[in-house]
Amino acid sequence: MNGKPKKLSEKLVDVAMWLERRLHLVKLWETTAGHPIPKSSVSWFYTFGSMTLLCFVIQIVTGIILSLIYVPTAAGAYESLEFLNFQQELGWFMRAMHYWGSNCMVVLMALHMTQVFLWGAFKYPRELTWISGIVLLFLTLAMSFSGQVLRFDSDSYWGIGIGAAIMGRIPIIGAQMVNLLLGGPIIGSDTLSRFFALHVFVFPGAILALLSMHLRLVLGKGINENPTPGIQVNRKTYDAEYHKNVQKDGIPFVPNGVAKDVVANGILLLVIVALAVFVGPKGPDIPGDPTQLIAEAKPDYPFLWLLSAAALLPNESEWLYALFFVFPIIASIVLIALPFFAGEGEKSWRRRPVSIIAVVLIYLCVGMLTYAGITGPWSPHMDAWSGTPIKPEFIKGRTPLELQGALVFQNNQCRNCHAIGGEGGHRGPDLTRIGTIQTQPQLVRQIIQGGGNMPAYGKNLSPEQIRALTAFLVSLRPPNSAPAQDSAMPEKPLRASTEEKASASR
Amino acid sequence: MTSNEPSHPPLSPEAKNYSTRRDFLLQAGIVINTIAAFMIGIPVIGFIFSSLIRNTPRVWISLGPVSKFPEGETRLAAYKTPHAREVDGATAILTCWVRRLPGDKFRIFAANCTHLGCPVRWFEQSQLFLCPCHGGVFYADGEHAAGPPPRALYEYEYKVENGELMVKGGVLPTLANPA
Repeated sequence: MNGKPKKLSEKLVDVAMWLERRLHLVKLWETTAGHPIPKSSVSWFYTFGSMTLLCFVIQIVTGIILSLIYVPTAAGAYESLEFLNFQQELGWFMRAMHYWGSNCMVVLMALHMTQVFLWGAFKYPRELTWISGIVLLFLTLAMSFSGQVLRFDSDSYWGIGIGAAIMGRIPIIGAQMVNLLLGGPIIGSDTLSRFFALHVFVFPGAILALLSMHLRLVLGKGINENPTPGIQVNRKTYDAEYHKNVQKDGIPFVPNGVAKDVVANGILLLVIVALAVFVGPKGPDIPGDPTQLIAEAKPDYPFLWLLSAAALLPNESEWLYALFFVFPIIASIVLIALPFFAGEGEKSWRRRPVSIIAVVLIYLCVGMLTYAGITGPWSPHMDAWSGTPIKPEFIKGRTPLELQGALVFQNNQCRNCHAIGGEGGHRGPDLTRIGTIQTQPQLVRQIIQGGGNMPAYGKNLSPEQIRALTAFLVSLRPPNSAPAQDSAMPEKPLRASTEEKASASR
Repeated sequence: MTSNEPSHPPLSPEAKNYSTRRDFLLQAGIVINTIAAFMIGIPVIGFIFSSLIRNTPRVWISLGPVSKFPEGETRLAAYKTPHAREVDGATAILTCWVRRLPGDKFRIFAANCTHLGCPVRWFEQSQLFLCPCHGGVFYADGEHAAGPPPRALYEYEYKVENGELMVKGGVLPTLANPA
């Protein structure tokens, strides 16, 4: 106190200094945002982690907003989503942001994980950072799955049904596990409520806990340097070398090393907003109603590959078991054990060909299975028989018997699994050129006995219907192409195709 | 910060005495809290896992008069499960496929595919049940015809009472708890 009144700026400095003495903000800054990072780690490839974090923040904000309207009961959920879509101001936007934020979070987390793997960041001394990341991945997938259950439309209802069918395959305690999943004897409000509790309280809480551990480890063990090919990780010398390098030419993360993260996150925000505005929210599809038997039960993008794998597994076996119980356990063990059996040695992907092959294979498998999941060729088109007429070119100039066969084909749901001219189901072979591949007797046998993943129609079609049907199928071949012949009994084809007759008479 | 704390002087006899009292209090505290943890923890676990032990048996439910189901045809029947509560909304109405054989003989199949539980649909013309998810196909008698399902459709028990068809259902059918 020197009696002289202080200037405003001096007073503000005093307040700031008081806060600093109480909160030690300078020290907090130096150990967090301003912590030193190796210059080499300032790279576009190091931005995926912060982008994943941004997605999580978007999910929290939009999730809280959605919870203001959403009603977590089987009777009310669907209507509350319709209300959000069509009546609540900007409700559609919040739903869309939440949906696209979730998809982006899964994708960016996968990219982040791939980068960490290829740049060797999981090696000594960052084993726990990697393992906490694996747990965060599983929690994020759990969020994605529980979130799509909350949509409670037909996809969600029958999706839970798939979960129950899988749980029901567990020996001895299967029935109990189904009850635990559903919260009761049916897929109902208790089912929805437990997924709501998991999605809104349990999983986000666990993510926050794991995330703080993950970030603490990142700060404590330092950001992985951009590895130089040929430099090996050695448990005895790594820490000292890392600290020496960071002290020599490290830079504070904020402000010097953060620019690329800021740009990447800005672009990510724009992308998510653009997806939300131009593509919009997902669904809800038709309501989750067990009397509406028109479900396809397609999960959201992050799980499509799993659905494809389930659909493509060998028939009439319990391979599902392996897919849903054995495979995840083995995958988790491999991922968690990775930093312990590959904790030292070469870090750079330029000197790790096996790692590159592993990444390429995993991306190819998941990518192709996801594509297969989007097209879903194993799903019959349930209304192709009534909604997709046979194109005129396939019935033009046909005999009355063949036309009758076309009717048999259409009216008996053959079309649901067999496409003609690319239209119809793709569960079975496309029959556009079947006349050049199979003879009438072969087709008769196939239709009566079935086999090769086709039901037997022997009991359901009369001999006359089968004769007409096979006559039509034999006529399905391009103009001027010869009909199929039995290789065991080569002989003259039964008769020329209809197109040939038509062109001959012209 | 531990490094800034002054090092402790050697303990006086009184302090040692105090220390044993503190040890006793700590042990008593641990005992009290352990008891409390069980008193809270057991109900919490019991609540969360109550669905494991809760018994929700199949019950006899009417599907309406027998005359609703013509002989030789397969019809979808819907009924409200008595296990449902009001908040269950549309999900309380379950379905099954009723095939009436000649006379008062029936076969009642679950609508849930034996592969992954998707809803199978009956097609009168081809006399087949088709599943929309992965192309499972079943014959009219519920036997597996094609596709990934490993077994026939789940079949419910039924009885005819006072001209009403009764089904023993009300529970989602799965392999562990088939109809």
